Amino acid sequence: MDTAALTFLALGLPFAAAAFAPVLTRLLGQYAAWLLALAPLAIFARFAAFVPEIANGEIVTGGYAWVPSFNVSFSWLIDGLSLTFVLLISGIGALIVLYSGGYLKGHPQQGRFFSFILMFMGSMQGLVVSDSFLMLFVFWELTSITSFLLIGFDHGREAARRAALQALVVTGGGGLLLLAGLLILWNVSGVTQFSLLLSFGSELKESPFYLAALLLVLGGAFTKSAQFPFHFWLPNAMEAPTPVSAYLHSATMVKAGVYLLMRLNPVLGGTPEWQVLLPLFGVTTLVAGAVLAVRQTELKLMLAYTTMSSLGLLVMLTGLGVPYAIEAAALYLVAHALFKGALFMVAGIIDHETGLRDITRLGGLRSAMPLTFAVALAAALSMGGLPPSFGFLAKEEIYAALAGSDRRSMVFVALTVLGNALMFAVAFAIALKPFLGPKAATLKPVHEAPLLLWLGPAILALKGISIALMSGLAHRLVTSPMASAIAGEPRTVAISLAPHFGVPLLLSGLTVLAGIAFYINLARLRAAVAAILADIGWGPNRGFDQFMRGLVGLAVAVTRRLQSGRFEVYMTATFVLVAVAMLAVPLRYGEFPRAPFFSSDVPLHELAIMAIAVAGLLAVVLATDRLTAIVSLGIQGFAVAVIFLLYGAPDLAFTQFMIETLSVVVLALVMTRLRLSPSDHRPLAQKLPDFAIALACGLGFGLFLLKVTGVPFDTTLTDFFNLYSKSIAHGANVVNVIIVDFRGTDTLGEIAVVMIAGLAILALVRLRAGSLKRGVPMEVAADEAHVEERV
Amino acid sequence: MEAWFSLLVSIFFTVAVYLLLSKFIIRVLLGVAILGNAVNLLIFTGGRLTRAVPPVIAEDADVLTGPAANALPQALILTAIVISFSFFAFLLVLAWRAYDELATDNTDEMRVAEPVNEPAPPLGY
Amino acid sequence: MKSIILRTVAPFLTGLMILFSIFVLLRGHNAPGGGFIGGLIAVSALAIYGIAHGVETVRRAIFFHPMAIAGAGLFAATVAGLISIVVRVPFMTGLWIYPSVLGVEIPLSTVMLFDTGVYLVVIGAISSVALSLEERGGA
Repeated sequence: MDTAALTFLALGLPFAAAAFAPVLTRLLGQYAAWLLALAPLAIFARFAAFVPEIANGEIVTGGYAWVPSFNVSFSWLIDGLSLTFVLLISGIGALIVLYSGGYLKGHPQQGRFFSFILMFMGSMQGLVVSDSFLMLFVFWELTSITSFLLIGFDHGREAARRAALQALVVTGGGGLLLLAGLLILWNVSGVTQFSLLLSFGSELKESPFYLAALLLVLGGAFTKSAQFPFHFWLPNAMEAPTPVSAYLHSATMVKAGVYLLMRLNPVLGGTPEWQVLLPLFGVTTLVAGAVLAVRQTELKLMLAYTTMSSLGLLVMLTGLGVPYAIEAAALYLVAHALFKGALFMVAGIIDHETGLRDITRLGGLRSAMPLTFAVALAAALSMGGLPPSFGFLAKEEIYAALAGSDRRSMVFVALTVLGNALMFAVAFAIALKPFLGPKAATLKPVHEAPLLLWLGPAILALKGISIALMSGLAHRLVTSPMASAIAGEPRTVAISLAPHFGVPLLLSGLTVLAGIAFYINLARLRAAVAAILADIGWGPNRGFDQFMRGLVGLAVAVTRRLQSGRFEVYMTATFVLVAVAMLAVPLRYGEFPRAPFFSSDVPLHELAIMAIAVAGLLAVVLATDRLTAIVSLGIQGFAVAVIFLLYGAPDLAFTQFMIETLSVVVLALVMTRLRLSPSDHRPLAQKLPDFAIALACGLGFGLFLLKVTGVPFDTTLTDFFNLYSKSIAHGANVVNVIIVDFRGTDTLGEIAVVMIAGLAILALVRLRAGSLKRGVPMEVAADEAHVEERV
Repeated sequence: MEAWFSLLVSIFFTVAVYLLLSKFIIRVLLGVAILGNAVNLLIFTGGRLTRAVPPVIAEDADVLTGPAANALPQALILTAIVISFSFFAFLLVLAWRAYDELATDNTDEMRVAEPVNEPAPPLGY
Repeated sequence: MKSIILRTVAPFLTGLMILFSIFVLLRGHNAPGGGFIGGLIAVSALAIYGIAHGVETVRRAIFFHPMAIAGAGLFAATVAGLISIVVRVPFMTGLWIYPSVLGVEIPLSTVMLFDTGVYLVVIGAISSVALSLEERGGA
């Protein structure tokens, strides 16, 4: 099997596993996790095989044509950036699957949960390896949809439903912006693949559509990556079970936006707009997230807000455009995925074992859960940026980048130090507060978590330390290729546990000192932030509710206006529009037909037939009893039939005769049962406007016909039928040949319509007969009762 | 000739639309039946009028030559007549059923699908 | 309907009209006529018979349910279109054969089968409507 097919299989594997997950879970219970985790492991192994190649600076592309006529392909691009992402997604994914096995042990819907999370994994993995725009968009929206399913997993609770819908609206709406942005990129460059787009960088930046494309792409990235002011869906997404929070809402999905920015950095980056917008939104998000995290006391919410901060930091670094910034972003992204995933899982363990996740009510767990404590501590070291963790390397590189930027970015430096210090405080609040201090009362007896639960976070935390110790290898294999891919040129990451001396180290020290100060005064700080937020009293979260209510209200108002429920109004609107369409165009362009010439050489019998038709019509309008109306309708119909006969259409004439006869019969059969008068009982004042509209329509069609018959006739089609009807289709009656041969497929559709109409009529008649005689089916009976109630 | 037909077609349309605009379902039905004829005549005249010669190829010829009626609009109208009858019958039975259930022929009082003062959809989640 | 004249004439009239409708159907390709018109004539015949002798009699006489006849017609028309698959030409291509029976060459074609399908659909669907309405009217 060639490598392309193998890669394709790896991309499809999670979806296959998702299909089998419910069955496996029914058979094996939580132990299905061990089997299902093999899928992400296999993917990890598959993509790990690319590492040496990518580390040598190569790029792997492959794929299949999808919609060749639109130049759309199902193709992948594996470089340092996507490879790192895939390895994180599949590696952490395997651990999350195991963790879910323990976390949702015995849950009746565990199989469905596995299924959702594997589907998400497949979507996310497809997203980061996509080379084609359309494929990226499809997987982008798939991650939004699977995230919707996962957040709303506990759909019995309203909060979960709201959070799921909120996430879907925000990220799905952003996805549409992204699609528009990608279409602009496609239009300007003419290519649909990221690997080809690279060479169009300067062309795109000079295009007048650059800003529009940039804003649309940023709209997609910022909503997905929870940048301020679109951040509110992320904390609400914590309604999802903890494995979801750990996986989607810290390690993977929320990074999709950052991934996109990094992917497009070589193409769109480097411009003043890019270097202003990204750091600005990034640093705002960083500080806002950190401040809001301090306000929280619930473990998962604290983590959620710090995730928001970290995403802000990543966005800022991606856009900063100074030396070391890209390297720092690459380092921090890897570090964050490891420590945040671990910390979320620790929070889940605490919640699972104690039934609590409020930090003020937890304490003294260290003796009961020593292993969890150790894991939490290791992860917090990385999050706080202390040696010997990978987070320390990332933080040193961040400060190296900031120290190297110009003076104007002093504000960025100060705000980053503030944000990092707050995150430091929150990290240790989570890692220390539940474990130290006196033992607090818990909802159930506390003991160490089972293997399935602690295995994942332990591996992640260990990894966070070990790759810092072996930083040379990690840089060569992972971070350097990744940074090169983001920068669009070869970069080498060199940072080790030996820090950058000078200003960066100073900033780092400052962060730690401030962080410790914040940690000590956490309670006071929390109260202060809470007071400020209470004073503001409004946030995008409430804004979202107002927006949704407004949207529904608007829809109701518009619907009520457009759909009044009155037949008359619909009909009037329709025909006024018809009259306007028929009359406005000739009026506007002066395209009136020449004055009609009523030739006097028309045979008398033809005029008589027309007069009979008109008389029939008038009699229908003026009829006061049923029989007159029916007979008059017949008269105008027969008159039309005679006209057909006179003008060389015997087929039409016969058909019309038969149909008019049947119409009269059917109408008589029904009308005798409706004790109704066909006359109009309305006052004249109501009839006159109707008549005016009708007259305008009639006039419009008359003028139209005059105009049409006034221009020369194009006989191409008619000649075709006259020429070939006998020579090809062996029929002398051209009309019949057209019906059954030249346009046979059309006729097939038409007889199907006749048949369906017949069935519908039969059903209507039967329904009535049945309801009287044999008793009615349940829903029909209910329906009828309902109708009577309304009446 | 076309002028007379244009006049006739506009009378057909006027009457059909006038009947369709009334509130009473029987008159609406009569309007539907007449509208079918109006449209058929419109198409028929649009395809130009030729007196008395049907588009049938003579026994000894392979090609239709000489003046004959235009076959294409006839083919279109022929199926249209049958289909409009099917729909007419369907509407007729529907009207009859509606009258049986609702005991009215006034469309203003037929509000089962779109009731008056329908409550707004729920605003919660 | 009580009229003795109608009751006496109706069976013959109906028979003649149905025969005529088949004639119109078959000659339709070369002279005015065809499936639609033929079908409508047959429906009128059945309607007259129904008015004279009651709907039950008609239903017994045609043996099949009218909608079954319509379904068979639609099926025949579709099959007429699909036959072209066998000889690998596009859907609905007309195909002709000229078998010789007793020395007379009889042209047969998918087009004829198609027109017969149209005829049956029109008979089935519209007589179903007419009969069910007559039935309700009589009740």
